[in-house]
Amino acid sequence: MTGTAQLQTYDFAGGEYNFAYLDEQTKRMIRRAILKGIAIPGYQVPFASREMPMPYGWGTGGVQVTASILGKDDCLKMIDQGSDDTTNAVSLRGFFEKTAGVRTTYETSEATIVQTRHRIPEKPLREDQIIVFQVPIPEPLRFLEPRETETRKMHALEDYGLMHVKLYEDIAKNGHIATTYAYPVKVNGRYVMDPSPTPKFDNPKIDRMAALQLYGAGREKRIYAIPPYTDVKSLDFEDYPFEVQKFDMPCGLCGAENVYLDEVILDDKGGRMFVCSDSDYCEERRAEGHTGPMAADPAAVHIGGGKQEETDR
Amino acid sequence: MKAFQSEDPLLQVRNVTRYYGDRIGCANVSFDLWPGEVLAIVGESGSGKTTLLNCLSTRLAPTAGAIEYRMRDGAMRNLYQLSEAERRLLMRTDWGFVHQNAADGLRMNVSAGANVGERLMAVGERHYGNIRATADDWLGRVEIESDRIDDDPRSFSGGMRQRLQIARNLVTQPRLVFMDEPTGGLDVSVQARLLDLLRRLVADLGLSVVIVTHDLAVARLLSHRIMVMRHGNVIETGLTDQVLDDPREPYSQLLVSSILQV
Ligand SMILES: Nc1ncnc2c1ncn2[C@@H]1O[C@H](COP(=O)(O)OP(=O)(O)O)[C@@H](O)[C@H]1O
Ligand SMILES: [Mg+2]
Ligand SMILES: [Zn+2]
Repeated sequence: MTGTAQLQTYDFAGGEYNFAYLDEQTKRMIRRAILKGIAIPGYQVPFASREMPMPYGWGTGGVQVTASILGKDDCLKMIDQGSDDTTNAVSLRGFFEKTAGVRTTYETSEATIVQTRHRIPEKPLREDQIIVFQVPIPEPLRFLEPRETETRKMHALEDYGLMHVKLYEDIAKNGHIATTYAYPVKVNGRYVMDPSPTPKFDNPKIDRMAALQLYGAGREKRIYAIPPYTDVKSLDFEDYPFEVQKFDMPCGLCGAENVYLDEVILDDKGGRMFVCSDSDYCEERRAEGHTGPMAADPAAVHIGGGKQEETDR
Repeated sequence: MKAFQSEDPLLQVRNVTRYYGDRIGCANVSFDLWPGEVLAIVGESGSGKTTLLNCLSTRLAPTAGAIEYRMRDGAMRNLYQLSEAERRLLMRTDWGFVHQNAADGLRMNVSAGANVGERLMAVGERHYGNIRATADDWLGRVEIESDRIDDDPRSFSGGMRQRLQIARNLVTQPRLVFMDEPTGGLDVSVQARLLDLLRRLVADLGLSVVIVTHDLAVARLLSHRIMVMRHGNVIETGLTDQVLDDPREPYSQLLVSSILQV
């Protein structure tokens, strides 16, 4: 986050642009929204979201946040569903390589800024790192209360009974809290926030994280933030406490336990295995010599080279 | 019905007036409501009953006048000087509001149990088992079978929806309940059952009620006192039996003789 280069221009898609695509005035506006978000952890700050040269579903909110905090010396990691080489991650990384000329990396520990959709890296983030989330729907109360005027009032008055109505319905219908993604949290004992669309598996990582967390929703024009070491509590009932997903087996490739696993189909005969969703974490463990139960399987080795793309949801 | 008794009024209404542009909704309405009292507001369609009820329940700000309410701590408070947070707390703990159209007072896309449990969760109850047990108990009290607890109100009949709305309001043991034509739009036999239920609950819980109705039979069955409205004004007030059996005002006489009843 050192000084941005204001004089140099960058070619992108046949045009000339300022460093990181956005003009400096827009970046200042977004940084003001970010600072306000940091001052009021979990509060959704409205901002004048700009048109970006990509569709909304691609994370334009996260891209604008990243563009606004990016400096020439930053090193960027771009992940989607835990992986660095899905279409979405590849094209957003390419966007910043072209428009800002910054270094990029697959390695979590090397990055100064991690932009993500869906996952938080398994390796704990540090104080000198920032994680930027691409958020599709920032309003956790939207499910039961579609009126924006009303949800704003509910946040202002800390009137959050509805969140528990949603969890009550979950238990009544499924016997347990079935929400697995976008699981609502209370930030710093005050604002209820949607960590969407990360799996609830990652909610404990959000709690008292050393790195600054920034959330950007482009279509909905909202930015929110969680400063380092902020208490973040997942909502629950006394008799149905919050729990993360548990996996019965370790990663097939690297043997890691207590990490988030994706199911991978190996062949058309029903062969399948579970592997780390965080592909960088998995590769690093394998490089260190860790192996999982499927590591010797030829089909698995092929998969381990790079996971197949997820279809866009 | 047996008369209520208590020294201090629960609600004090003074000169409440509401205009819609230059049209009068209600004008210069004043009365006291006592703990345990059921007051019926009667009159033809368009006479200002709903406007007055909405002013009393802080759903519609009056153009002029004052409404004071005795809070649980005994202090009288001007309702329109409460903060939004105080007002909301009042509306979901100490008060109830039963709409004529149950869909206006229910969440149609969540289960009956969640509809009843919502107020409990809003005031901080965080034990699922307790919330469910309380909801189940209240469904029983409004004669809804336990096995409907996970069904949503879209699958309920009109009478059941209305009973569910009542349970949803009473679960926090409010002291004052507002009702706007609670039996309107229901079949006659369904109305009778609902009225019996309301009468029993109001007596058992010692509720204060302000009920709006154009149906004098409803007023006769439920209320201690009646206010007759016409063109936005209260033209006669008195004990229910007295107003219905021996009305003073010519308009009330017409109303009671059912010439005006539709
Ligand atoms: N939202 C409104 N805008 C304008 N006039 C209204 C509105 N609501 C009610 N009124 C008028 O106020 C008067 C009283 O209406 P209302 O309180 O609904 O009577 P009631 O409930 O006795 O049928 C009527 O003349 C009605 O047309
Ligand atoms: Mg009316
Ligand atoms: Zn692995």
